[in-house]
Amino acid sequence: MKVQSNAYTLIYSAIVVLIVATCLAVFATALKPAQLKNIEIEKKQNILASVRIASDKTNVEDQYNRYIIDSYTLNTSGEKIQGIDPFLINLREELKKPLSERNLPAYICSRNDSAFLVIPVYGKGLWGPIWGYVSFMKKDSVAEGMPYYNTIYGVNFDHQGETPGLGAEITQSFFQIPFRGKAIFNEQGNFVSIKVIKGGADPGSGHEVDGISGGTITSKGLQAMLDTCLVAYEHYFKSAN
Amino acid sequence: MKHWKLLTNPLNDENPITVQVLGICSVLAVTVQMKPAIVMAASVIVVTACANLIVSLLRTTIPPRIRIIIQLVVIAFLVILVDQVLKAYLYDVSKKLSVFVGLIITNCILMGRLEAFAMNNRPWESFLDGIGNGAGYGMILIVLSTIRELFGSGSLLGYQVIPEGFYKLGYVDNGMMILPPMALITVGIIIWVQRGYNRKLIEK
Repeated sequence: MKVQSNAYTLIYSAIVVLIVATCLAVFATALKPAQLKNIEIEKKQNILASVRIASDKTNVEDQYNRYIIDSYTLNTSGEKIQGIDPFLINLREELKKPLSERNLPAYICSRNDSAFLVIPVYGKGLWGPIWGYVSFMKKDSVAEGMPYYNTIYGVNFDHQGETPGLGAEITQSFFQIPFRGKAIFNEQGNFVSIKVIKGGADPGSGHEVDGISGGTITSKGLQAMLDTCLVAYEHYFKSAN
Repeated sequence: MKHWKLLTNPLNDENPITVQVLGICSVLAVTVQMKPAIVMAASVIVVTACANLIVSLLRTTIPPRIRIIIQLVVIAFLVILVDQVLKAYLYDVSKKLSVFVGLIITNCILMGRLEAFAMNNRPWESFLDGIGNGAGYGMILIVLSTIRELFGSGSLLGYQVIPEGFYKLGYVDNGMMILPPMALITVGIIIWVQRGYNRKLIEK
C-alpha cells in the first residue's frame, strides 16, 4: 500500500490512536491509587495544620488518627446527617446549593484535653479558587444564645493560582497567625465573621485582620469565603451537640 | 564522539530560547522558584528526547498529509504520561507547575525539532538532538530561576540565603522579580550577555 494513499492514512491514524489510547488508559489506571493517596494526605495535613499540628508525609496518618477523633456531616440547622462521609464532600458543589440544602463537613479534634472544631472553607480568589480550614476551640459553658465555638484557634489557607508574592501570600504564616484569637460572633452573640482590612486592621478590634498589600481582591475573596462558609454553621456553633 | 555537536549546539549557538526565541511562555511562568524550574526542565528533556526518538523510528511510515497530527499525538501522549507520573510521585511540585506541564504540548521547541530534525534523521541522532534541545531550554530555565528566586525571594531552592541582617539594614526583596515582566527583561539580559561573548550570533 502506498504511503500517500487514503486507505493507508486512515488505517495508520486509527492504529496510532488505538495504541496511544490503550497505553494511556493502562498508565492512568496504574497511577490512580498513588494520586488519590497524595490528595488525601494533603487534605489531612491541611486539617491538622489548622489546629496547629505540623505533620509530614510520613507521620500524617498517625497524627490524623490520633488527634481527629470524629467527623460529622451537618445540615444548616446544626443537626447531624447520617450516611454521608464528610471527608468526601465536595465543597464547591455544596456552595452551589441553597443554604438549607447544604451538607456541611465538620471535624472534631481533641488535643491536651481541649476540644476543637475544624471547618473547611472554599471561595474565589483573583485567578482561581482559594480554600482552607478554620479551627475553633470549644468553650465548656456559655450563656444562653451565645456560641460554644467563637474564637479562632488556627487557620490554614491555600490557593490554586494567586499571584506569587501578592495574593499567594495567604499561605504564609504572617498572614495566618493574626487570625488566631479573633472572634466570629460579637458580644451580643450575632455572627459578624472576620473582616480582612486593606490598609491595616484596628488593633483593638477582635474581628479584623490585616489584608495583603497588592492582594486586595484575594483578601476580599478570602473575607467573603469566611463569611459564606462559616455562617452556615451558625446553629451548630451555638448548640454544639 | 561523532555526534557531540548535536548535544552542544543547542546549548549555545542554536539555543532554543536565547537564539531561536521559542518556548518563552513557559519560561516566564515557571521560573519564579528553582525547584519547579528544574522539574520542568527535566520533563521537557524527557519529552523532547522520547518524542524525537519515536517520530524518528516512525518517520518512513508516517503518511505525509497527517504528519503534524501524528507528531502532536506522540507529544501529547508523552506529556500526559509525564503529568500523571508527577501527580503520583512529585505531588507538591506538580501542583506548582499546574497547567504548564500540560502546556509542554504547545511548546514550539518540540514541534520544531520533530518537523525539522526527527522526520529526516536516524533515531540515535534524533534522540541526542532531543536531549540537546531540552537541555538548552532547561539550562536557561535554571539560570533564570536562580536569578529570580535569589533577588525575588532571597532564597535558593527554598533555603534562605540572604542573611536576616541585610533585611534589618533595609534590604528589600525585589517584588518585580517574581512577576513575568522582569523575567522577560532578564531573558533579554541573558541574550545580551550571550551575544557579548559569542560574536557570530550578531546579525550583519
